[in-house]
Amino acid sequence: MTKQYRESVDMEKLALSDEILLKIEKPARYIGNEVNSVTKEKSRVAIRIGMCFPDVYEIGMSHLGIQILYDMFNSFEDVWCERVYSPWVDLDRIMRQNHIPLFGLESQEPVKRMDFLAITIQYEMCYTNILQVLDLSGIPLMAEERTWEDPIVIGGGPCVYNPEPLAVFFDIFYIGEGETRYRELLDLYKASRSRGDSRKEFLRKAAGLPGMYVPCFYEVSYREDGTILAMEPMEEGIPAKITKEIEMNVSDTYYPRKPVVPFIKVTQDRVVLEIQRGCIRGCRFCQAGQVYRPVRERDVEMLKEYAVSMLENTGHEEISLSSLSSSDYSRLPELIGFLIEECRKKKINISLPSLRIDAFSLDVMSKVQDVKKSSLTFAPEAGSQRLRNVINKGLTEDVILKGAAMAFQGGWTRVKLYFMLGLPGETEEDIRGIADLCNKIAAAFFENVPKDKRVNGKVQIVASTSFFVPKPFTPFQWSGMCTKEEFLDKAHLTRVRIREQLNQKSIKYNWHEADVSVLEGVLARGDRKISRVILKAYEKGCIFDAWSEYFRNDLWMEAFEECGIDIGFYTSRERTPEEVFPWDFIDCGVTREFLLREWQKAVAETGTPNCRVQCQGCGANRFGGGVCFE
Amino acid sequence: MKLRIKFAKTGVMRFVGHLDVMRYFQKAIRRAGIDIAYSGGFSPHQIMSFAAPLGLGLQSRGEYMDIEVNSYTSSEDMKQRLNQTMVPGMEVLSVTMLGDQEKNAMASVAAAEYSVRFRKGCEPDFDWVSRLKLFYDKPSVMVTKQTKKSRLEVDLKPAIYSLSVSESASDGRDRAEIRMFVDASSAGNVKPRMILEAFLAENGRTLDEAALEITREDTYTNTGTAEQPVFVPLDAVGRAF
Repeated sequence: MTKQYRESVDMEKLALSDEILLKIEKPARYIGNEVNSVTKEKSRVAIRIGMCFPDVYEIGMSHLGIQILYDMFNSFEDVWCERVYSPWVDLDRIMRQNHIPLFGLESQEPVKRMDFLAITIQYEMCYTNILQVLDLSGIPLMAEERTWEDPIVIGGGPCVYNPEPLAVFFDIFYIGEGETRYRELLDLYKASRSRGDSRKEFLRKAAGLPGMYVPCFYEVSYREDGTILAMEPMEEGIPAKITKEIEMNVSDTYYPRKPVVPFIKVTQDRVVLEIQRGCIRGCRFCQAGQVYRPVRERDVEMLKEYAVSMLENTGHEEISLSSLSSSDYSRLPELIGFLIEECRKKKINISLPSLRIDAFSLDVMSKVQDVKKSSLTFAPEAGSQRLRNVINKGLTEDVILKGAAMAFQGGWTRVKLYFMLGLPGETEEDIRGIADLCNKIAAAFFENVPKDKRVNGKVQIVASTSFFVPKPFTPFQWSGMCTKEEFLDKAHLTRVRIREQLNQKSIKYNWHEADVSVLEGVLARGDRKISRVILKAYEKGCIFDAWSEYFRNDLWMEAFEECGIDIGFYTSRERTPEEVFPWDFIDCGVTREFLLREWQKAVAETGTPNCRVQCQGCGANRFGGGVCFE
Repeated sequence: MKLRIKFAKTGVMRFVGHLDVMRYFQKAIRRAGIDIAYSGGFSPHQIMSFAAPLGLGLQSRGEYMDIEVNSYTSSEDMKQRLNQTMVPGMEVLSVTMLGDQEKNAMASVAAAEYSVRFRKGCEPDFDWVSRLKLFYDKPSVMVTKQTKKSRLEVDLKPAIYSLSVSESASDGRDRAEIRMFVDASSAGNVKPRMILEAFLAENGRTLDEAALEITREDTYTNTGTAEQPVFVPLDAVGRAF
């Protein structure tokens, strides 16, 4: 037989045996080798980085931030960056039983051999998975027990805007956007290693770099009531305040032209084009809207060029735009026009992010999706205009009803509505408002679509509520949060009110679990004392808390009990304007004075115009660019 | 125009399942800039069909898929373009053009050739090479098929066209290699594992889940008749262009 057969991959290269791989779910999660994954010669690189998303592969692979940093690190000749994800529960069990160390997907070698383990922390409910990753890697969970035998464990992502609950587990937190300071950190590392510095000495130097928070050099003292008295550096030369890092030139920076293409279907299985960072809106519950200020748009020509080259390099059949509020991107019509033209030729789907519903977006949507099969999304977040003023969500009932009417005339029959329950100052009237709004939208369908034109004769409205969790660096960081019982009462009332509506048969109502929200509330605004609870919960077997089938609230409650931690202190308590927060040592650009002003305006039920209408002096203009200088 | 693509799937790619291989090729065809034809509708699909799904953990040097194209260059050029987009472990071996009368890849499959080895440490603890030969020389190879309703005794012998064991494998490795040529049609598909399970059962042993290293060497179609089959590889019915 003449076969041009290339034995290109060493069959014994995998970290896991065939026996294991054939026993577990989706073995392709663990084999690496994907299109555009990067393999380098070990001996030719000075620094090896494990870039970790502490959740299952399909979730981690869908995250844009890791793709950006993976691309950036691997563009450095002296660095090899690999990906690390949480082994799913089936493999987790096997790895523990057989003492198999966690590995990087590219080299299939233990994480422990790497110089850095960089963990992106995207949501609170992954905290126990961070411990899982450290544990399976054979890295001591407590930072203070680590030696040069262990990688430097560095955390980044939105949750590091309050890193304190995780402080004891990390060597360094990188506060802010990753594009700016890693090169300096890596150079510092190389110099330290070649000089023979101690690990502590390296960390000391790292703490001197902008954006780097090295928790072991800070001491926290508390008042008798449990709140923080002060957080202070323990040494000369360690900064008391850490300013977030920010990439001001988003049109000329790292962005992957060749993102990794997974074999298995992942959550975000498409080219993702980040069109801008930040948001002009200033919704008072939203952390991203504050910490990513100021808004910085990417150049439309850059985006067009990247769209074409990313589609060519991945072969993806879909492209999606990413940003906090795409409708606010100033060149949106031009960009979408280009994509529609380009994608029609190549039979590529365009998946549109939630756009504000208006004539433009409806026109665009009717071009790129099947109107009969797709649904419209509104996010009023609150049921009444009064409460929407409190949260500064500038969407009025009039706008929603007009948008819905236009959509119904255009052939849509399905509407999704998102609300939050438990917002500060919420009353029964506001909850009734949710039901009323749903009913009015249903009525708008029957008013706007004549009987003979109704597809299946009906409209479908799906209202979903989540429970409000106050987050650091938002005007609501001072706010109390509902208890589990209050949350469930509110959900019950919402259901009752919806059932009372004339059009109730057209309305479906979904609500969220309350236990998880309460825990999220503790972790979001927690201090260093919470780390003991996280550790204890992990030791009791908590992992994959973000997955309802694995979330064990009973174990978490035991952990709080055993650590003597009162949940209400972190959740339901309203803070005074003077209280020192665990995250106060971080400067995210937006000042505390501005947030406090916004909190007071919320209490007074007053809205605030967006950045393009009128500058509110939030403080982010000191970065010298973006929307502040348009 | 209908093209038939033959490819190998080896190494770590044996852990990528059939559906994911289909997805992989959909993207590879875009990367390679092949002018594939699409179905109509709001979400058009590439016109593409695969011959015979390969089980997880198996390698193959003879997988096939058919695609419909609007335009084409040459066999060699298209093969090269595809291979430039492949990951290690995936390799396009040939691209041929099919006549209008040819059945699609899946309907064409009649037989497959496999090479099978016991994984190191999983070899049976008895003189299995000579006993396997004896096992195959018997007039029938009975296996038990578990269906929803009943257990069925089936004779596999007519579906095993040949079976041989070589003490040292063709590629010079130290472990004995079993070669088998079996029915792979949709009606009578034989999996190598079924045969070895029956063989070990007869010898009072069981077969571990991951004990076998199986490679599909090629997939064949029948250009003869049912009574007098002529088996040729699936790409032999296409022509180079």
